[in-house]
Amino acid sequence: MSLQRFSALALIRRAVNRHESWQPQWRKAEPKPAYDAVIVGGGGHGLGAAYYLAREHGLTNIAVLEKGWIGGGNTGRNTTIIRSNYLFNESAALYDHSVKLWESLSQVLNYNVMFSPRGVMMLAHTVHDVQVFKRHVHANRCNGVDNEWLEPEQAKAFCPPLNIGKDIRYPVMGAALQRRGGTARHDAVAWGYARAADALGVDIIENCEVLGIRRDATGAVEALDTSRGPIRTRKIGVSAAGHTSVVMAMAGVRVPLESYPLQALVSEPVKPAFPCVVMSNTIHAYISQSDKGELVIGAGTDAYTSYTQRGALHINTHTLDAICELFPNFRRMRMLRNWGGIVDVTPDRSPIIAKTPVPGLYVNCGWGTGGFKATPGAAHVFAWTIAKDEPHPINAPFTIERFRDGHLIDEAAAAAVAH
Amino acid sequence: MLVIVCPYCGKRPEIEFSYGGQAHIARPSQPVDLDDQAWAEFLYMRSNTKGLYAERWRHSHGCGRFFNALRDTTTDHFTATYKTGEPQPEAAALRVPATVTP
Repeated sequence: MSLQRFSALALIRRAVNRHESWQPQWRKAEPKPAYDAVIVGGGGHGLGAAYYLAREHGLTNIAVLEKGWIGGGNTGRNTTIIRSNYLFNESAALYDHSVKLWESLSQVLNYNVMFSPRGVMMLAHTVHDVQVFKRHVHANRCNGVDNEWLEPEQAKAFCPPLNIGKDIRYPVMGAALQRRGGTARHDAVAWGYARAADALGVDIIENCEVLGIRRDATGAVEALDTSRGPIRTRKIGVSAAGHTSVVMAMAGVRVPLESYPLQALVSEPVKPAFPCVVMSNTIHAYISQSDKGELVIGAGTDAYTSYTQRGALHINTHTLDAICELFPNFRRMRMLRNWGGIVDVTPDRSPIIAKTPVPGLYVNCGWGTGGFKATPGAAHVFAWTIAKDEPHPINAPFTIERFRDGHLIDEAAAAAVAH
Repeated sequence: MLVIVCPYCGKRPEIEFSYGGQAHIARPSQPVDLDDQAWAEFLYMRSNTKGLYAERWRHSHGCGRFFNALRDTTTDHFTATYKTGEPQPEAAALRVPATVTP
């Protein structure tokens, strides 16, 4: 299908004939018997990887297999926060690569992903927080990543609803602000990549669950068994988020992951009342306002591993306690919906984007609670890794073997909690 | 919120407990004999099972003791809890959901 380009002119032209001439944005592809490469998982990361494989590496005889519908997993369930102010050099390089791609993504894909660099402010509530955040600010500056320290009054000026009173349980002692950070429209990211990949010839196959991975006598991958029949391929890129352990086990590969429910919730929509993104790792809350007007609120993970895509209400209650104290004017807001997604967490809270011990099998996983922000960057270097059978310099440190060799990228210790 | 049966105290709400990860992972008796791969297996590799999963819990705001549980990670349904040191119940013997519904 040739790409039907979106523009103001196209909008006007279609309006004349009552918007009846719009075509579907991608084909309903039927699985072919064989592909040059197959991506398992039709979220933003998987669809993005397929797009970059086709556009930058000329691999167009490829497919994305999705068990449900595209963007229906964590891509559609997260709180869409984008930032790159991570402590370690490896992380800063990876996440900032992503932020740079976000900045031009709407133009590149000809699809409005609604990237809004409205600023991400992370609150410090303890002396320890202040020291850690200032360390982050300096480390980020050395890596060319913007991040600045704000005193409480400056934080209040940047985000007027913020309560900086001294009489609350965890008073705000300052904040780290990344002005290039912000949010994007989660669905649009999946749809934009799907549409652009489809136009390059990529088959996007929904309702197609992978049931097995077949390997040849040398141990290399040779085919996938799916709910829609077998598919031969020599390259498989697994981008299955919370179900990565399950898919990798089909090839006999163990990965250092645990899958946890992570919940989020939204309020009723209201007029624009919240100008930025505010996160507090210490008291477990993050909040922004969507363009539709809903307050989008995220919590920490539930305590135990699970695949249920739901969590306990006391986790949300705890988060709302924090939100109500920080933003007292939201105390009477009503919450509309809450839901859970399953996030795959590594021991050091940094992702794995790497080759595996099985030839032809590649994995992009371990994003834990913060994978959305990395969608374009991770997809880009994952595609490179699959196409060239070697990692891009940016994802070279993010191996599975780092847990054997001790080269952890320990953002877990750096951030202490969800990030 | 889950209701969890502490084998020492009985039925209690989830917030009294803390999670201890996969059960029955014994610390190697001779750590110096382990190569890096085996050590990484012990430290970091977990089965992360989708289905019936043996795991540790601690009744941290109760008796304070660790115990083990069998929980289905696709439903969060506990099929059994048992004391540390007791063998893992056979899955086949647990056809009838034992005690608790979430």
